[in-house]
Amino acid sequence: MGGGGMRGVSTGAFWLLAAAVGLAIILLSRFTVTNEYFFFAAYVVLQYIVLATAWNILGGYTGYTNFGTGAFFALGAYSSVVLHKMPALTQSWFGITTPGIPLPVMIVVGGAVSGLVGLGTGYLSLRLRGVFFAIATLALAIVVQTLIVNWDYVGGSRGIYIIRPANAPLGGGYIQYLYTLMIVLTVVSVSIARTIERSQLGLGFAAIRDDEQAAEAGGVPTLRLKLIATTLSGALMGMAGAPLPYYVTYLDPTSSFNLAYAVNSVAMPVVGGMTSWVGPVIGAVLLGTIQQLATVTISSALNLLIVGLLLIGFVIIAPNGIVGLVQARRDKRVAAAEAVARRKAVA
Amino acid sequence: MSDMAAAKRPILAVSGLGKRFGGFVALESIDLDIAPGERLGLIGPNGSGKSTLVNCLCGTLHNETGSVVFDGQPLNGKIAHERTRLGLARSFQLPKPFHTLNLVDNIRVPLLYTVNARPGTRLTAPQVEERCFELLQQAGLGDKARRMPRDLTQVEMRKLELARAVATQPRLLFADEAMAGLSHAEVEEVLGVLFRLNETGITIVLIEHIMSAVMSFSTRLCVLVAGQKIADGLPQEVVRNPEVEKAYLGE
Amino acid sequence: MVVSLDLLINAIVAGVLLGGFYAAVTVGITISFGMLDIANIAQPAFILFGSYAAYIVNSSFGLDPILIGFIMTPVFFVIGMAIYRLYHHAFETRGQQSIQGLAFFFGLLFVGEVSLILIFGVDYRFVEAPYIGPSLHFGMFDLPLRMLVPFVVSLVMIGLLQLYLTRSFIGRAILAVSQDRVALQLMAANPTTIKQIAYGISTATCALAGTFLIIIQPVEPSIGRDYIGRIFAICVLGGMTSLPGMVAAAILIGVVESITATFYGPSWSPAVAFGFLLITLAWRPSGLLGRT
Repeated sequence: MGGGGMRGVSTGAFWLLAAAVGLAIILLSRFTVTNEYFFFAAYVVLQYIVLATAWNILGGYTGYTNFGTGAFFALGAYSSVVLHKMPALTQSWFGITTPGIPLPVMIVVGGAVSGLVGLGTGYLSLRLRGVFFAIATLALAIVVQTLIVNWDYVGGSRGIYIIRPANAPLGGGYIQYLYTLMIVLTVVSVSIARTIERSQLGLGFAAIRDDEQAAEAGGVPTLRLKLIATTLSGALMGMAGAPLPYYVTYLDPTSSFNLAYAVNSVAMPVVGGMTSWVGPVIGAVLLGTIQQLATVTISSALNLLIVGLLLIGFVIIAPNGIVGLVQARRDKRVAAAEAVARRKAVA
Repeated sequence: MSDMAAAKRPILAVSGLGKRFGGFVALESIDLDIAPGERLGLIGPNGSGKSTLVNCLCGTLHNETGSVVFDGQPLNGKIAHERTRLGLARSFQLPKPFHTLNLVDNIRVPLLYTVNARPGTRLTAPQVEERCFELLQQAGLGDKARRMPRDLTQVEMRKLELARAVATQPRLLFADEAMAGLSHAEVEEVLGVLFRLNETGITIVLIEHIMSAVMSFSTRLCVLVAGQKIADGLPQEVVRNPEVEKAYLGE
Repeated sequence: MVVSLDLLINAIVAGVLLGGFYAAVTVGITISFGMLDIANIAQPAFILFGSYAAYIVNSSFGLDPILIGFIMTPVFFVIGMAIYRLYHHAFETRGQQSIQGLAFFFGLLFVGEVSLILIFGVDYRFVEAPYIGPSLHFGMFDLPLRMLVPFVVSLVMIGLLQLYLTRSFIGRAILAVSQDRVALQLMAANPTTIKQIAYGISTATCALAGTFLIIIQPVEPSIGRDYIGRIFAICVLGGMTSLPGMVAAAILIGVVESITATFYGPSWSPAVAFGFLLITLAWRPSGLLGRT
């Protein structure tokens, strides 16, 4: 279970290592990067790492496909909008001045909202076969979009403008602040994924993925574990979405909202590899960077087409992703070496 | 007096169990008492409902009528993993290993989720690891411990299936056609495993088609035909029952 | 809110007609998912292909859209068989997890929509035919011909399909496959070939369904996604494998959607089908727990 290296690193050590790497990147970018565009682009890639990792906890680890990433992501973004407008609301309703809500708090709230919706969706559909859960998430995406389009308070179909605060905490520009938050979120989600991989929970997830009936017969409380996976996955997606309004400053529920996030969060783990935390990271960095480069050169529709074709191609030809391909090369080399050693021993 | 009564109490008491699939009656009012330590053979033609019965008893399927009581505890409403934790285990007819996990992890899953989930027991990680290897060794799979299920032969897969069920420390084990397609020697191997398990106190229900194995193993024989139990008693007597001959052995 | 009888009756009638159309859209899924257990979530993409095919031929040559649908049906049938071939080779033979199969169809759905955007752009497209526009008037309610004609043709198509499935050898084999794969192998008919034909049929229905769609309303590439919830809700509500059940479910959902749109506004319609799906999933799980 789990691909590639870092076999021996304990869970605690990994968190520290990841945090250290994150901190190093933050400091390095603070002092060496001068072009603000770097933070814009990196934010998107980091966001995709979180989304892909979150998707993979339910998808690659547990075997349940979620096509509604856009819904969970949007719920996080729009809960931030609601919180952003709250001071104005309490002012006009009660005449009380409540302080603005800091973004980290919004992130937690966004995670809570999306986590709850994940729990609810799971509760309704996880007792049935996996395909019904997948269909339910597809329909969920449409419903969330419909609800938001009809809710004028958050802008409805016209969208809403969000003004970034004048001062960024921690100094530096506001975009750099968002980038920093996203690095923290990336470290957290990747570490959570790896912790799960090495834990009893992860073993239970894998058993469900490989043979749910046998897992249940073996004492695994499959429904409970699936609900945990769904809630956690949804929550992380919501957290990834929470800073979005401040990043784009104009938020609207057009179809592109659901489309790009849904297909990317499936394609990135598939391309990178679904069995370990490394896969979604590789997939997100690879596809995310390609898309960032492509958006400036070709149209965004063509760009998405490429992602879709990569998804289909990999799922047919290399279903275990890049990690799987590397693993297969390694296994072949090990097997060849063993064969040679055996022949030598006999001779 | 109550201790004696408890000792006489069936480990599994099935009463009036019925299961339908739409209009099709798969099981019709099955009554069955299994005594602790017994070796019960369950036979019947294909489609008679043997696997359906096992599925209902283990909680994989939901029976519409009837009650099941396991060692004094009613099971109605309890789903499969809860029944396994209570001590009711089964191996699957077609082995269902966790194919992305190696053999040790295949044993580790049921171990962690049953034995470690029961109140009182709490094995540490090294103890769990040791127990997994022990179970694999007992099943004769010791040297393939780090391999993957796809590297196993047919009979080894069957043994893994049984080992996984044994890992849950069951008091009652359903061995569902664990020997189908095996050679005579392999059948003897698996029978040996089952005899040894029974000697440690596990009640075993053997669902099988291989009559020689059933006859040599069972202390009691039960025959299912078209969803109904038509015979239940000592093996030598049951096989001489004319109805049984007609429905099953005569084919 | 005043509920005028006039409005209500028109909403119901429109809903019934809409339901007939929905049945045409869903029948393919009843075959591929209900009977063959292939979660073909790419179906809406093929329906849109049908719509755009009708658009191209109709705007270039002026042919009647429904005629175009009939002509395209064998083409879609062949495409469907090819896709099943690929799906079977890549996933069913490998015994792959359902995740890869789902991801495959999702990729198809997505690539389909994006391709349409690239080729046709996001503008609405429509077809022209003599029955688009006029309505029959019956005192209390109107029957718009652009809804009536697809309704009638759809029911005819489904009726013919039902006859085929219950009377012809291959049709009965398809029904047998949906119930018991092993039995079919014993019958010495190759289940893979049967499934290939069945899947081809399910894709073929998209040619006509797509035509109906563009007759009823102008289309643009993203409306396919509105239909996913509807299609599966109708299939599940209709009992998965029964064509008559599916038609009844389609009409029910059509009527509820129509009433919702009339009294609460059309932007809520996509949520209606989802509501039905949730209710069905929560309430009728016994039919959905797998095939045994």
